[in-house]
Amino acid sequence: MTGLTADSLALLLAATLNAGTVVALAALGLLINERAGVLNLGAEGMMLVAAIAGYATGVQTGSDTLAFAAGALAGMAMAGAFGVLVIWLNTNQYASGLALSLFGAGLSAFAGIQYTQQRLPERAHFDIPFLADLPFVGPALFRHHPFVYLAVALTIGLSWFLLKSRSGLVLRAVGESPESAHALGYPVRRIRLLAVMAGGALCGLAGAYISLVYTPMWVEGMVAGKGWIALALTTFATWRPARVLLGAYLFGGVTMLQFHLQGQGVQIPSQWLTMLPYLSTIVVLVLISRNPTWIRINMPASLGKPFHPGA
Amino acid sequence: MLRLEPRATPSTALMLASPLVALAITVFIGVLLFVALGKDPLAGLQMFFVEPLKSGYALSELSVKATPLILIGLGLAVCFKANIWNIGAEGQFVMGAVFAGGVAMHATAASASWYWVLVLLAGALGGMLWAAIVALLRDRFNASEILVSLMLVYVAEMVLSYLVYGPWKDPAGYNFPQTITFLDVTRVPKPVSGLRMNVGVGIAAVAVAVLTVFMARTYAGFQLQVGGLAPAAARYAGFSSRRALWTALLLSGAMAGLAGGLDAAGPQGQLTPYIPMGYGFGAIIVAFVGRLHPVGIVFSAVLMSMFYIGGELAQSRLGLPKALTGVFQGLLLFALLACDTFIHQRLRWVAAK
Repeated sequence: MTGLTADSLALLLAATLNAGTVVALAALGLLINERAGVLNLGAEGMMLVAAIAGYATGVQTGSDTLAFAAGALAGMAMAGAFGVLVIWLNTNQYASGLALSLFGAGLSAFAGIQYTQQRLPERAHFDIPFLADLPFVGPALFRHHPFVYLAVALTIGLSWFLLKSRSGLVLRAVGESPESAHALGYPVRRIRLLAVMAGGALCGLAGAYISLVYTPMWVEGMVAGKGWIALALTTFATWRPARVLLGAYLFGGVTMLQFHLQGQGVQIPSQWLTMLPYLSTIVVLVLISRNPTWIRINMPASLGKPFHPGA
Repeated sequence: MLRLEPRATPSTALMLASPLVALAITVFIGVLLFVALGKDPLAGLQMFFVEPLKSGYALSELSVKATPLILIGLGLAVCFKANIWNIGAEGQFVMGAVFAGGVAMHATAASASWYWVLVLLAGALGGMLWAAIVALLRDRFNASEILVSLMLVYVAEMVLSYLVYGPWKDPAGYNFPQTITFLDVTRVPKPVSGLRMNVGVGIAAVAVAVLTVFMARTYAGFQLQVGGLAPAAARYAGFSSRRALWTALLLSGAMAGLAGGLDAAGPQGQLTPYIPMGYGFGAIIVAFVGRLHPVGIVFSAVLMSMFYIGGELAQSRLGLPKALTGVFQGLLLFALLACDTFIHQRLRWVAAK
């Protein structure tokens, strides 16, 4: 194949990592609440609200830190509302998550109208000193937004937390057998709420990353299904952080391939290429779900089921 | 301290009152929102609850919006009762419009006057096929119907976009992304001249009657509901969960596709990239607020249509963003879910330990 020079390959790699980071952050967050037994279908809505909250803060203050904090807080607040509903009021987790997604889509569109024409202030670009100047690996790996590295660090940290730390063990116990955790005296509902809010905060960071870094602007509905893809990713990864990251990069690669092919002048209507990430998500879901036993073994046993502490 | 405890029997009174309380909460928050935006809350409420009902013309417009919501909501209610989470009705709606549009484009001056019936049937078939993909992947490969049906929404939108920007683009359309305007024989009849209301209202009324009987009086409908409420009991009774899956998904897909066909051959009259208008998602709220009951769905669809029209009026007359509709719709569903808690549970004061 002509045209794939080292330079363009480096750029393709860089774009892949960038696109993968969005879904990785969200999916790692969802992994936390799913490991605690709560399925939050509201990821898309939380990411949309966080995207506009982050963007609005970025435009108003010019501070990236504040903008990301606003995104995380927005995601956390929405997740908190969802958590109270499903954990204390025992509402259906599917319906409540859907409500969160629909509400988030409406709220973000409503709040974002005055920001569609506004631009973010110029911000300094982040390069890792020295490493960024290396040939090939520099542009491919070391000229990213700090969040790209944060996603990797988070994956390692979360793996350690879930599998090696005591609190992680408690979190998993709450997701596998809330009755046992309750009998041992752990506050199951409070732990679940914290996990849901942590998940919301990470979805919020992912949403803010979209509007601040990935496509720095605000467009209604701009998350474009990445929240749902992140939900699919946790199943694909059989609820393991490292596999989430790998899956997210695969997804990023598929997303970026379309732009690359278009850049190469490949004669395929753009719509077929835009479909690719969604179609590949379906294909991956089919491949991974084919074996029900495997899913059952890996899935947190109480996922999606409400827990009533006995009177 | 206050504690939630399960009721011995679900409260029937609350089952009916819950949507009304949820509506009251939504209206209350709406009033606060209007005040916060510096608008007269009474004028705002009037846009949403009075204007859409004020005249024959307004009622006709209301019917144009309520018809697709009723049709899609009915199908989704069957799915949700069977505990099958088809949330991709928007995609099935779009594919219904695409299939209907494809057939409508082939009409000629010599076509029979009932050609529109074929157009609608094509719409139902399109939606059904799109939902069949979901059923197949769930049945054969155990893939989550939630995620697959949702992913297919984006795919359907891209198929529509490809067609109207590509092979189906009107050659005489000044390069706009749209098909030819469909011939009159393909358009669904409008009983009152000058009004956009069409025979879709009658179709929706028949669908309500048929589904009421299906869910409440037929064995298949009973099997579906048992499968949703108590999967273990359904298995023990020998009810096929696979058949329930296919029935519910094909039915809801066909209903959404029919709604899409009605839209293409009714108010739209051609295909454009703006066919997907969120009816498929709005109908999820319609189904829940209508208690998953066909008659309830009629009321909630009318209410949701008032939200749509109110949003448009608030934009043109009060200068408020149309997206207000989405905020209210989401709030309504949230409030409903919270209120529903008290159907099966009650609050009781217990002394702190």
